[in-house]
Amino acid sequence: MIQQITVFLENKPGRLAALCTTLGDAGINMDALTIAETSDYGLIRIICDNPKRAQEVLQQENYRANITDVVAVSVSNKPGGLAYLLNKLDDLKLNIEYGYCFSFKGETAFNVLKVEDAQAAEAAIVNAGYTVLEQKDL
Amino acid sequence: MDKTVLTLPHEEIEAIQLEGLKKTLAAVYEHVDFYKQLFDEAGFDPYGVESLDDLKKAPFTTKQDLRDNYPYKLFAVPMKDVREIHMSSGTTGIATVGGYTDHDLEIWGECFARGIEYADGDENDICHVAYGYGLFTGGLGAHYGSVNMGCTTIPMSAGNTERQIRVLREMGSTIICCTPSYAMHIADTAIEMGLDPEKDFHLRAGIHGAEPFSDNFRAELERKLHYKALDIYGLTETMGPGVAIECMEQTGLHLAEDHFIAEIINPETGEVLPDGEWGELVLTTVDREATPVIRYRTRDITRILPGTCACGRTHKRIDRLHGRTDDMLIIRGVNVFPSQIEDVMETFTRVSSWYQIELTREESLDIVTLKVEPDPSFDLDGMRAIEKLQKEIQDALRSALSVSIRVKIVEPKSIPRSEGKAKRVIDKREGIK
Repeated sequence: MIQQITVFLENKPGRLAALCTTLGDAGINMDALTIAETSDYGLIRIICDNPKRAQEVLQQENYRANITDVVAVSVSNKPGGLAYLLNKLDDLKLNIEYGYCFSFKGETAFNVLKVEDAQAAEAAIVNAGYTVLEQKDL
Repeated sequence: MDKTVLTLPHEEIEAIQLEGLKKTLAAVYEHVDFYKQLFDEAGFDPYGVESLDDLKKAPFTTKQDLRDNYPYKLFAVPMKDVREIHMSSGTTGIATVGGYTDHDLEIWGECFARGIEYADGDENDICHVAYGYGLFTGGLGAHYGSVNMGCTTIPMSAGNTERQIRVLREMGSTIICCTPSYAMHIADTAIEMGLDPEKDFHLRAGIHGAEPFSDNFRAELERKLHYKALDIYGLTETMGPGVAIECMEQTGLHLAEDHFIAEIINPETGEVLPDGEWGELVLTTVDREATPVIRYRTRDITRILPGTCACGRTHKRIDRLHGRTDDMLIIRGVNVFPSQIEDVMETFTRVSSWYQIELTREESLDIVTLKVEPDPSFDLDGMRAIEKLQKEIQDALRSALSVSIRVKIVEPKSIPRSEGKAKRVIDKREGIK
């Protein structure tokens, strides 16, 4: 299980740059970042090397930043890799609230999933033969 | 401070009012050209008043009259007797001026000191004045009240919130006087600094005024600061804070009836309304010397509460203010006061106490947007949680006010914190001011 930072930002020019600058200045390195947006605001979800510190730094700068537990599952980086995982989750009756994927080193892709009970879901996923990432693996 | 006047039989208060009214009418007629002309044109005989009821025959005065006579034309005494000047903020036009003789300053201190008395305070209290000092009547009004009561007065003025907090902790202030929005800012800042106001502060009561605040906003203040928040009313045109103040019963504000005569009128027709009915508050000063006012239309909406207060004091009470006729928003034909919006919003713990109302126009339709900030405790990881909150607030506003208001969640601290009067409404409609 890994910890994700969710930041609430108004949908205005320069806000995302300001957010990233704050994290960069604090020496925090990001591994993944996604944006879910509406016309008024966006939710920025970030995987980084030190989520606790990132949250502290952001709160000091008056950002609203929450920490959320998510499951990061590794699958092989080839056609149908994600589909196979999702079908498996369906069989396990695990409902995904949102998710996003990233890959590095070519061979493997990582799927970050927000599911209701992250702990139990992760156990079920591991039980089904998948490898999940821990904070220290990043 | 003379406490006996607070429990006089009401007929005796009325006798004080009638005697003062006769003197005041004669003084303004003889010394102020504006009133002579006003009374003559209206056919009102200032010497013919035999009862308080006869006051109804006198014409009204308005804020415009005060502006037209800026700066000194309404003064009823020679300048050598004027000891102090205060001015309204003038945010909506030319400032209005109030003058004070020694006597006027004395009654002002006396009236504000009643607030401390109502808060069960006495000379043992340490009174922390965080209203702005200067032309604004808040700072010096509270200061004179505190001195009149014999409290230890801490003249902080507004601003430098961290220093306010340090003094609240270290000096042991027991009563704080400031705007309700500034009290909230002090409370929030103290909590953010990791303090617990219940343990770290020694506050018993707050005397808060200069802007309307809702019952829910008050409850929030009392929860955060562990004290009683009392509402105080006043305006520069008639004196400043102290015209009416709540007692610990918190069931309306006792008018200082030995110094002011209050009427409630229908703002459309000018007709005087019976006790209990809502309307515009009209004030006449009973013993103000420098700048007396006769039937001044305050534009504040309230009512005179019928019956007597459980505290045993005999001065009549006005209800907590909904707001000014100037602040009232007319949204697609429905009258809405910002404090009504605040009341609804305060029931949602997922947002902070700070809000701003923005008026815009799209095509020919007025659009009202309520901006609120997420509370730190609100887990906003999902879009659905935010959309659900927006919708719940919108639904609550629609059912309470019968108008649709857009709710926009904005970033924390993006709504400006105020040290004085909070600016709650931003009107961006072109051509409407």
